[in-house]
Amino acid sequence: MDAFTRLDAKIAPLPLANIDTDQIIPKQFLKTVEREGLAKGLFYDLRFDGQGTPRPDFVLNRPEFKGAGVLVAGDNFGCGSSREHAPWALMDFGIRCVVSTSFADIFYNNCFQNGLLPVVLTADQVQALMDEAKGGNHVVSIDLEAQTVVTPSGQTFAFEIDPQRKEKMLKGLDAIGETLQAAPDIDLYEMKQALANPWLEKA
Amino acid sequence: MRFMPGKTLYDKIWDRHLVADQDGESIFYIDLHLIHEVTTPQAFAGLRAAKRPVRRPDRTLAVADHNVPTEGQALGVDAVVDEEARLQLQTLVRNVKDFGIEFFPMGDIRNGIVHVVGPEQGRTQPGMTIVCGDSHTSTHGAFGALAQGIGTSEVEHVLATQTLRQKKSKNLRVTIDGEPIPGVGAKDFALAVIREIGTAGGTGYVIEYAGSAIRALSMEGRMTLCNLTIEAGARAGLVAPDETTFDYLRGRPATPKGAAWEMALPYWMSFFSDPDADFDREITIDAGQIAPLVTWGTSPEDVVAITDKVPDPASFDTPGKRASAERALEYMGLSAGQPITEAKVDVVFIGSCTNSRIEDLRAAAKIVEGRKVANHVRAMVVPGSGLVRAQAEEEGLDDIFLAAGFEWREPGCSMCLAMNPDKVPPGQRCASTSNRNFEGRQGRAGRTHLMSPVMAAAAAVAGHIADVRDYL
Repeated sequence: MDAFTRLDAKIAPLPLANIDTDQIIPKQFLKTVEREGLAKGLFYDLRFDGQGTPRPDFVLNRPEFKGAGVLVAGDNFGCGSSREHAPWALMDFGIRCVVSTSFADIFYNNCFQNGLLPVVLTADQVQALMDEAKGGNHVVSIDLEAQTVVTPSGQTFAFEIDPQRKEKMLKGLDAIGETLQAAPDIDLYEMKQALANPWLEKA
Repeated sequence: MRFMPGKTLYDKIWDRHLVADQDGESIFYIDLHLIHEVTTPQAFAGLRAAKRPVRRPDRTLAVADHNVPTEGQALGVDAVVDEEARLQLQTLVRNVKDFGIEFFPMGDIRNGIVHVVGPEQGRTQPGMTIVCGDSHTSTHGAFGALAQGIGTSEVEHVLATQTLRQKKSKNLRVTIDGEPIPGVGAKDFALAVIREIGTAGGTGYVIEYAGSAIRALSMEGRMTLCNLTIEAGARAGLVAPDETTFDYLRGRPATPKGAAWEMALPYWMSFFSDPDADFDREITIDAGQIAPLVTWGTSPEDVVAITDKVPDPASFDTPGKRASAERALEYMGLSAGQPITEAKVDVVFIGSCTNSRIEDLRAAAKIVEGRKVANHVRAMVVPGSGLVRAQAEEEGLDDIFLAAGFEWREPGCSMCLAMNPDKVPPGQRCASTSNRNFEGRQGRAGRTHLMSPVMAAAAAVAGHIADVRDYL
C-alpha cells in the first residue's frame, strides 16, 4: 500500500449527496481481474454521455480541474456496493484524498486499505471548501501527521482520524503481515473452537 | 458484586470471536468466508504474489453468481459469450482448484446467488461470523450470525488469516411490533426502516431487529430485512435465532446432525440480547402503520406509500436534499405531485439476493396466477439458486409464471446489477424486487422502482406501478 503523509493538490468539488459506488465505478468495469487501469471507468456516467463523449460541464472534464488530487463531495460518499474498485479507480485517476461530511462504512474502510485518505469535516467546512474550490486551479494542503486541511484561502480545518488507521496510512503498512504476527493467537483460537464447537469443523 | 451490564446479541458474537487485540485494533475470527467471481481475482493474485496459502479452505465456499448469464448455464463457463465475464469466471475456477476451496460451479444445481446458497446449504448458522466481498452479506444476519460485506483487500486478509481487523460498531435496535396489513411484508418493513433513518442512518452501527412482527417473519422474510440493512448504512443486521431458525436449519446439508445437533442447539440459543442490554440507539415502528411501499427516486430512502404521490423537491428540508430530489425526478422521468401508480413500467424483475427465495416466488405466483402480464411489459423471474428453481418447478410455479407471460430464467444476480446480459434499457422503467435504485444500477439510464415480490407481480399485470391489495 502507498503511504500517505502530506499532499498539496488541486481540489475538485462534487456537490452531490449519496454518491454511491455504482456511480464511482459502474458495473461494466468490474469484470476485470486486475487492480490497475480502472481510471477509465471512474464516474463513467457522469463523465461521459450515452455515446461515450465527455460531458464538458462535468467537473473532472473541465480544464481548470485537470490533475485534481483531492475531491470534496456531499454527505454519505461511497454508499452502496462493497466494490473496492471504487477506491482503486479514484487512485488510478490520481485522486489521493476525498473530503466529505460522512462516508459509508465499507467504502471508508476500503480507502485505508489503499492509501486513499478519507477526510471528514463539518458541513460548514465542507461547504467552505466547495465554495473555495469552485473556480478551479485551487490547491489545498492535506497534512495527515498534523490532521489538518489548509484551504486555498489559507483557512485551517482540523480533522479527526482513528490513531491506528493514521499510523498505518503514514507508514503504508500491510495489514496481513501485521495480523500474521498474531498467528499463535489464531492457532490457539482455532484449537479452542474445535473443542467447544466441534460441529463447525465438519461444516 | 460488581454490576455487569447485559450484552446485546452483537456483543455476544463479537466477544466469542475475539482472537487478539493489536495496537487497539481487534482481530476477530471468521467462521465462514463466502466468495464469488467479481471481488476475488485480485485477492488471489495478492496471495500468489506473497506466496501465502489460504488458511482455512474448509471454511470457504465459492459460487459463480454476479456475472453469469441466466440461460444456457449447462454449457459451462467456456461458452459464456462476454469475454471479460468469461475470463473472470475461468479465473475463479482456477483459483478454487489451486487453493482447494469448495465450489458450486455455474450450472451445478447447488449454485446460485451467494446469499441464497449459504443459508440453503446450512452453511450459515447462528452465532457465526460470516464475511463476503459483497455488501449484501448482511442477509445472513437473519440467522443471528454477524455477517458483513468487505472489500477485496479484506477478502485477501481473510483468505490468508481467517480473521478480520476491525473496531467494534455501536448497537442500534429496531423494534417492529404489531401485525402488518395484508399485502405488506418484510420488504415493506425494510423500506420503512430506510425511510425512517435514511441511507446513512445506520452508519457505524449493527442493527438488531426485534419485536413481535419480526418474530412472526419466516426465515426468508428475515433474510430480506437483514439484506436491506446495508441500504440503511449499517454493515450488519441481526435477528436472534428462535424455533423458526432451527426449523429452517434442521436437515440441511451442512447443519450438524444427531448428537452434534443437540450440542449446537443450546449454543445457538445463547445468542440473544439480554433484557438489560444497552443499545446506543432505539427505534420503534408499528407494523400495522406500514402500507405497501415503493421507491420513487434514485436512493433507497426515496420511499412512498403506494397510495401516495411523488414528493415535491421543495418539501425537503436542506438545499442538498432538494437538489438530490430534483435530480432524481429528472432521472426517473417523474413529476412532483404525480400519483406513483401512474408510473407505467416496461420491465418487471423478480429476483436478486433480496427476493428470489422460494417464498418470494410463491407469493408472486399467487398474484399472477390466472392473470396475464400487460402487453407492453417484459417480465422475468430469476430464481436465487438452482435448488430454488427446482423446488419452484416441483410446485408448478414455473407454469404459472410462463402462462402469465413471464420469462423463467436460470439463477444468478442478473438484472439486480446488470453485470450479465440482463439489463434495463435506457429510459425504461423497471418494477424490481432488488435492493438498489441507484442511477444506472440496472443498466445505463434505466429507471428502478424497488418493491416487494407481490407488488412487482401486481405491476407486471397492471402494466404500471400498482397496489397489490387490488390483486389479493
